[in-house]
Amino acid sequence: MLAFSLSALAQEKIPVTESDYSNNSVEMADKMREDGKIYVLVGVIAIIFVGITVYLIGTDRKISKLEKTISPK
Amino acid sequence: MRQSWWKILAIGLLLYTIIAGLLMDVPRLAILNETIRALHFHVTMWFGMIFLLIISVYYSIRYLRTNNLKDDDMAIEFTNSAILFGVLGIATGMLWAKFTWGDYWSGDPKQNAAAIGILMYFAYLILRNSLTDLQQRARIGAIYNIFAFAAFIPLIFVLPRLTDSLHPGNGGNPGFNAYDLDSKLRMVFYPAIIGWTLLGGWIATVRVRMRRVERVLEDKLINS
Repeated sequence: MLAFSLSALAQEKIPVTESDYSNNSVEMADKMREDGKIYVLVGVIAIIFVGITVYLIGTDRKISKLEKTISPK
Repeated sequence: MRQSWWKILAIGLLLYTIIAGLLMDVPRLAILNETIRALHFHVTMWFGMIFLLIISVYYSIRYLRTNNLKDDDMAIEFTNSAILFGVLGIATGMLWAKFTWGDYWSGDPKQNAAAIGILMYFAYLILRNSLTDLQQRARIGAIYNIFAFAAFIPLIFVLPRLTDSLHPGNGGNPGFNAYDLDSKLRMVFYPAIIGWTLLGGWIATVRVRMRRVERVLEDKLINS
């Protein structure tokens, strides 16, 4: 009985077709693909900037530590 | 984290520059197209360089009055980050020029003057490194730095304006002459100048502190 009902459910499935991939009527998370993918570029540049900044902060802190070991107050 | 507010401000302003500078509405001008946004990145390099050089000259003058090597540290490192900005300014300018003026180097008066200015500052570094005595190096470096700055300003701000230049505000370029009147561009342009200058100052001060730590370590080695 269970096996029968499962196979019955399988019969009711709607197949995924090519049009499900190509339609524009369904809203998807497409923001990053809009406007010539400019947001991707903004993301790339922002990541690089944040990376350099983190590195600079790290260097800043290392020197702060060195300064403290040299002249402890 | 002592006195770190201006570093946070620098990061904030630059993140704003990158995001708003790339995404905000800009004038739709022929030839320039989206590259008008380079205003917030290329042009600000030169503004940042000038501000860093002003600080450097201030410390050079101070060194000549005090003979304190700490002032010389500030002078050389602010010049170093100014040179970094200058080199980046030339490189970004060449790339921008290739796709708007048609060539990486058009022999434009401002391009040539900027190149001469950068070479002048390279000579400053070579001059300093050729002197071994610290006080002598600092004194000659300070005097050179003051004269170099006095030559650099007319070289990039005055002389190119006396002839026809492709750079805006100097004749030629019709697409860009109104840019300094556009309030939307200014909303990113001014914060960008402050942000880049602060970043340059940050890099300079980190290197100044490195120099001072090195000096203390050297003194300890000599005295022990």
